[in-house]
Amino acid sequence: MISFLRWLFFAVIVHPFLLIAIGVNIRNRENLPSSGPAVIVANHNSHLDALMLMTLLPTRMLPRIHPVAAGDYFLRNRFMAWFSVNIIGIIPISRKYIPGKPDPLMPVYDAIEDGHILIVFPEGSRGEPEHMATFKKGIAHLTRHFPDVPVVPVFMHGLGKTLPKGKYIPVPHICDVFIGEPINGEPDVNLFMEKLRSSFETLSHQYQFPEWE
Amino acid sequence: MSAGLSNNLILVLAGIVALLIAATLVVALLAQSRPHHDYTELESRIRTWWAIVFIFSIAILVDRVAAIIFLAFVSFLALKEYLSMIPTRRSDRQAMFWAYLSIPVQYFWVYKSWYGMFIIFIPVFIFLLLPLRMVLIGEIRGFLRSAGTLHWGLMITVFGLSHSAYLLALPADPGVPAGGAGLLLYLVFLTQFNDIAQYICGKLLGRHKVIPQVSPNKTYEGLLGGVITTVLLAFLLAPVLTPLNQSHAIMAGFIISFGGFIGDLNISAIKRDLGIKDSGALLPGHGGVLDRVDSLSYSAPLFFHFTYYLYF
Repeated sequence: MISFLRWLFFAVIVHPFLLIAIGVNIRNRENLPSSGPAVIVANHNSHLDALMLMTLLPTRMLPRIHPVAAGDYFLRNRFMAWFSVNIIGIIPISRKYIPGKPDPLMPVYDAIEDGHILIVFPEGSRGEPEHMATFKKGIAHLTRHFPDVPVVPVFMHGLGKTLPKGKYIPVPHICDVFIGEPINGEPDVNLFMEKLRSSFETLSHQYQFPEWE
Repeated sequence: MSAGLSNNLILVLAGIVALLIAATLVVALLAQSRPHHDYTELESRIRTWWAIVFIFSIAILVDRVAAIIFLAFVSFLALKEYLSMIPTRRSDRQAMFWAYLSIPVQYFWVYKSWYGMFIIFIPVFIFLLLPLRMVLIGEIRGFLRSAGTLHWGLMITVFGLSHSAYLLALPADPGVPAGGAGLLLYLVFLTQFNDIAQYICGKLLGRHKVIPQVSPNKTYEGLLGGVITTVLLAFLLAPVLTPLNQSHAIMAGFIISFGGFIGDLNISAIKRDLGIKDSGALLPGHGGVLDRVDSLSYSAPLFFHFTYYLYF
């Protein structure tokens, strides 16, 4: 029942809204994972980011796709928590690591071991729209455990104009999506972060975006 | 719509499908006889034409309302591409939202056949309203550029294109053999055919560039080939689809052909100014919707007012 509701929400609302009303221009779609496990790493501008990434993969893969999201934000009330976990399909994690407590990424490790595709935003927050903040290192710790799982970098532009943080009415702007070549996890956290950073550097320079200030 | 009216429409649409079949076959044969050549872009371009003709035919055959909604949607897609490619300001969000809202309102006047409102709504009321919205936000840096570019885009993608829809709102007249839908088909088919004829003639015979700074692919040979074929077609189709007499049909052919040419250059100039190639990627082989309707943004208002002045 829940999985049908989830399918219905995506097929009837999310797909038509994002792919037709907003519109997407995708480059190098072939780099997207065709099966799990995989980790999609993207920059974060808007609540629409995760939904957009989910619509780019075939609908039949929907049950296996999960955005990793901040529990303190998305579980803040009962309806929001139910909707985020069951309909959007987020894996809620704690943004804080408390010594002595279990690793906050534990549910994420389990999902990868079960062959799921995860969506991770290493900026940690939407922040300033269309402005990329420094990536946090959690992603490197995650992929360090699974060096064979492909990490697909995706640079997105436009959704921050359509629905930036703090706004509730979308104003359509076409979303440009650049999919990079998959990279692998590294034992060295800093080396992985450098690889990831340089991949986003390349992706974000593939196109000259119109000025927006 | 009586059976007699739609028969002429169906006849012309069947002719267009026949042209598309011919184009598909020619490209398939070319690809077969010259395997070392790459025809994928041409093939995807023709596939997209099939989709456009299919959707457009349904929109104009169902009824007036379906056609108006379809054209309003085309305006929306074109405006969205325009707003996505131009430089904008964060503070313009609200004004852009109002700009989008003007689309259903403008097409509602078309639906109501309220000519007076249709013709002043965007040039007067929206022109006055958008700066007001922007003033209330209070960001003055880049104000003139924003107010100017936003309204310019609305004039091209909404006001200009909505003239094609107003052909459907013109009073039914026994002298118009296929009704407003006939006039719309006449305008859209000739505009798009002119684009293709200019492209083909330019590819085959093009030597002398018209304005290479704006568009290196536009040649005098292509322009001339487009004008000749469009005027000829305008002359032949006029009695089937429109109330135009012979000399007016020839004039309409010239208006659509030159109008389309300028409309195309106009959008090319913006893209060149902004350093981009296509306005979007919705129509494989063509680029964006704005790349497809650029000619129509000029030919629609010009053809509309020509016909409106002479016959309505």
